[in-house]
Amino acid sequence: MAASLVLALVVAVTVRAVLFRSSLAEFISERVEVVSPLNSWKRVVEGLSLLDLGVSPYSGNVFHETPLIIYLFHFLIDYAEFVFMTVDVITAVALYIVADDYNKVVFRKQRHSFECQRYAPDVITLVRTPKEMYHIPLKVALFYLLNPFSVLTCVAKSTCAINNAIIAIFVLATVKGSAFISAIFLALATYQSLYPIALFAPALLYLAQKDHVSVNLHCGAFYVYFLKYAVMFLGCLLVSLCLSFFLLSSWSFVPSTYGFILSVPDLTPNIGLFWYFFAEMFEHFRLFFVCVFQINVFFYTLPLSVRLRDHPMFFMFIQIAIIAIFKSYPTVGDVALYMAFLPMWSHLYRFLRNIFVVTCMLISSSVLFPVLWHLWIYAGSANSNFYYAITLAFNVGQILLISDYFYAYIRREYHLVTGLHLKSKDGKEAHIVLK
Amino acid sequence: MAVPIVIGPGRGLRLWLAPGLLLAACLLTAGARAVAARAEQCPQRDRFQEEMVLKPLGSGDLAASFQFHTRWDAELSQRDGGKSKVSHYRLFPKSLGQVISKFSVRELHLSFTHGFWRRGGWGQPFQQTPPGAELWVWFQPSVSCVDTAWKELTNVLSGLFCASLNFIDSTNTVTPTASFKPLGIINETDHKYLRYAALPREIVCTENLTPWKKLLPCGSKAGLAVLLKAERLFHTSYHSQAVHVRPVCRDQLCTSTSWELTQSLSVVFDLYASGSGKREWSLFKMFSRTLTEVCPLASQSTIYVDITDKDKANDTYELMPPAPMRLNTTVHGRSRSYAVYNLLNPNLYSISSQSLNIALKWKLSKQFVLPEEPVFHAERYVSGFGLQTGKINTLIYNNHPSRSFPVLLMEIVPWYLRLYVHTLTINTKGKENKPSYIHYQPAKDRERPHLLEMLIQLPANSITKIGIEFERALLKWTEYPPDPNHGFYVSSSVLSALVPSYVPMETNSTKPAPLFTRLFPCSDSSVYFVRLYTEALLVNLPTPDFSMPYNVICLTCTVIAVGYGSFYNLLTRTFQVVEPSGGLAKRIANAIRKLRGVAPI
Repeated sequence: MAASLVLALVVAVTVRAVLFRSSLAEFISERVEVVSPLNSWKRVVEGLSLLDLGVSPYSGNVFHETPLIIYLFHFLIDYAEFVFMTVDVITAVALYIVADDYNKVVFRKQRHSFECQRYAPDVITLVRTPKEMYHIPLKVALFYLLNPFSVLTCVAKSTCAINNAIIAIFVLATVKGSAFISAIFLALATYQSLYPIALFAPALLYLAQKDHVSVNLHCGAFYVYFLKYAVMFLGCLLVSLCLSFFLLSSWSFVPSTYGFILSVPDLTPNIGLFWYFFAEMFEHFRLFFVCVFQINVFFYTLPLSVRLRDHPMFFMFIQIAIIAIFKSYPTVGDVALYMAFLPMWSHLYRFLRNIFVVTCMLISSSVLFPVLWHLWIYAGSANSNFYYAITLAFNVGQILLISDYFYAYIRREYHLVTGLHLKSKDGKEAHIVLK
Repeated sequence: MAVPIVIGPGRGLRLWLAPGLLLAACLLTAGARAVAARAEQCPQRDRFQEEMVLKPLGSGDLAASFQFHTRWDAELSQRDGGKSKVSHYRLFPKSLGQVISKFSVRELHLSFTHGFWRRGGWGQPFQQTPPGAELWVWFQPSVSCVDTAWKELTNVLSGLFCASLNFIDSTNTVTPTASFKPLGIINETDHKYLRYAALPREIVCTENLTPWKKLLPCGSKAGLAVLLKAERLFHTSYHSQAVHVRPVCRDQLCTSTSWELTQSLSVVFDLYASGSGKREWSLFKMFSRTLTEVCPLASQSTIYVDITDKDKANDTYELMPPAPMRLNTTVHGRSRSYAVYNLLNPNLYSISSQSLNIALKWKLSKQFVLPEEPVFHAERYVSGFGLQTGKINTLIYNNHPSRSFPVLLMEIVPWYLRLYVHTLTINTKGKENKPSYIHYQPAKDRERPHLLEMLIQLPANSITKIGIEFERALLKWTEYPPDPNHGFYVSSSVLSALVPSYVPMETNSTKPAPLFTRLFPCSDSSVYFVRLYTEALLVNLPTPDFSMPYNVICLTCTVIAVGYGSFYNLLTRTFQVVEPSGGLAKRIANAIRKLRGVAPI
């Protein structure tokens, strides 16, 4: 297994290195699907040269990275390609270990359930076997390393790859049960792009269950655990914010990064839902809709944590996906991160309802993105509506994909408890619906 | 001026500020000495001078430049009590005087221009203005909130000149650090009291000319202003009118200040195209008026005709009536000869019609003189294709065969073209040319534009190419002007330089010379000051579909609702086995089956 992982890493690094050296690299780094104003490499370079000119990078409206990125690349600007390849390797390895560890947890839990006879008798085909689970970690790593989306993100040197690595390490620390490291990386991820704050809930649930603290609102131990994790998280966040303040001795980075993420002033097209909506919005409704759209990202966290409190890993996956779909400046790098988790749920395949349609939708819209962009921006034979239509299709595809996986997951859980071949009263195959 | 230019790395800028300041300082001293010596013994405290310079251009066109000077030995600035000291106005326009005193303006420069001065074919203008409207103002240090004063002033001027100056807001206002220094006497040059704005989209028309003419003491009733007839002035290739107000020294000792109002108007007539192939011109042919009487309030009223080329072309044309006087002086580094008509002299007017119609007649059908190429000129264009990115290129020419000189370049780019300063390249003769001073202020969305000021050394006989890349932003649909696919204007970049002169320049300001040379007087005989403007750019931005707001709002909300709905379903409901209860159709079918006597489904 380790040998296959190394081989995969070598292949992935080679692909990236070749693309870095090819003429495609420049073309890719300008693609609006791959880079957003938040994470474009061109803007990182611009921020550094502004710093060289003695101008604060945050005095303008071009640079929206955190001070951490400035100081990281202040020293590593000449090794940027190497950094981005390393970061992708780190993400892949972290996800590999996550999948491996999670498999063990799942297997243990499954055996425990069997011993307690929680499962219905005829669910043997639903039970996960070591043989089936054996290849999942490698598949996860491959899904990240060779996913065209993450390859493009790496070649474009989008700092989204760095955010992905931080989130991957955070997931890894959570799976390993190290609350402190998990809090550090969650704080870092939040510091970098704000939205990962929603991952607080799944991480808390996972860590609590790992430490055998019962997730129960009437249980004092859970509150203590919650407070402990929250204090660690907020402390780390505060430390990183203060460090940034001391690096630049000004708070100007806060409106330039978090204000920029939340108020969506830059309407550069991307694969998300925000840009065209707010370009066409009536000015006096703008604030209202900005609030609605931003709340939408965090809205699902609480109900999900109630519904999936026994499955925090799946909750984590759904939450990462929701962030990637509904965030204000999404790029394909965000999509690549949650897609890497898909092999972990390959056992849900038999319950997926429209995976074929969704796959076709996603693939075709990914291909159509550059085509319609060209027609709009360069050929002038199409207008913005064409590109907008594709972003709609892509997002509907993603929403259907995630809700399909969600459906399949709870359907499998239902069958595990009630039995697979349910019969209705008249002895025929039962008809099961959500009610 | 020997400005020490040091090629250094981009960091540690403060060290390289020196050349910029030196250049600026030179301009300042030049301005301070301005019209110091022009104090004639006059019982009135104000006086008015007018002049016109006619210059046949190499391309076959004719440039006419009017200049009206009003000088007033009075203190206009507001006293501490808040009440203006001055309430009696004679020659100085009251409307403008009140504005200056109310807003504590120290210097005001406003120009409206239609068309572009083609420096290549027309040579060096007396004073160039950028296409559209340009306004720059120095406020008194007593102004507490410069931005508020500026906002109010632009609105007042907008009403005064019937122009869209009210469109000047923070998105097109800048505070240049080096390019614009006060032209009058100065006590302080803290540039935080300076505001500069240009509106390249502004169209100049009759409604701007009428209020401008009303500022003249004689209006358009007498004197040279009779010639200012809108229908002729706007039928030209280039039209530019300007108002400059500045404080100048009252006497040689400069113990007190006077206010000087300079109103200038330049037009270029395309006589060759409109004159059926003949290059003959006369005042009547150009302005459809002749001069009948001098403005009685004017202490000087002169017409200059540039006859420098006449000597070269072996006396192939003659002026009617012949000029009573001839003046040799240096303008823009070259010696020029002018035929001078003093309109105060009554013998000049013809006896029969009591009018003066200066005309030029060709003796031979004339071969064109090749226009002499200006020593210093620049051009600018946008390169790139598509609506995503682009590049602004500026070419600066130094045609002086032996001397290099520094130039201050100021570039104002609106925020919706996102400049990337790391892509800035400056190349001269294939080599990188490091600017010795850079001031860059990045734009803020919907708040302020980009401002880039650089001091670049131009080697002798060279072309310097400056390129900077930008990205085009997608705006909100309400931010596009009408006809959004026409494009967005980027105002001209401003180049200021002390250009080495071919002949020693006249530094003694008491000698007679066209008044035009007075705005940028010269303190050093080897250089002269030139401020030139490049072309305004027209850049297209990507546009949303303006007919779609409702559709977009509905469709995007639908997608959000699809997400919300499916998650809501999965979160709030549980799986249940449904008993086949039978819908309405099934019940009807069973009823029919019952009638037929068949077993129900």
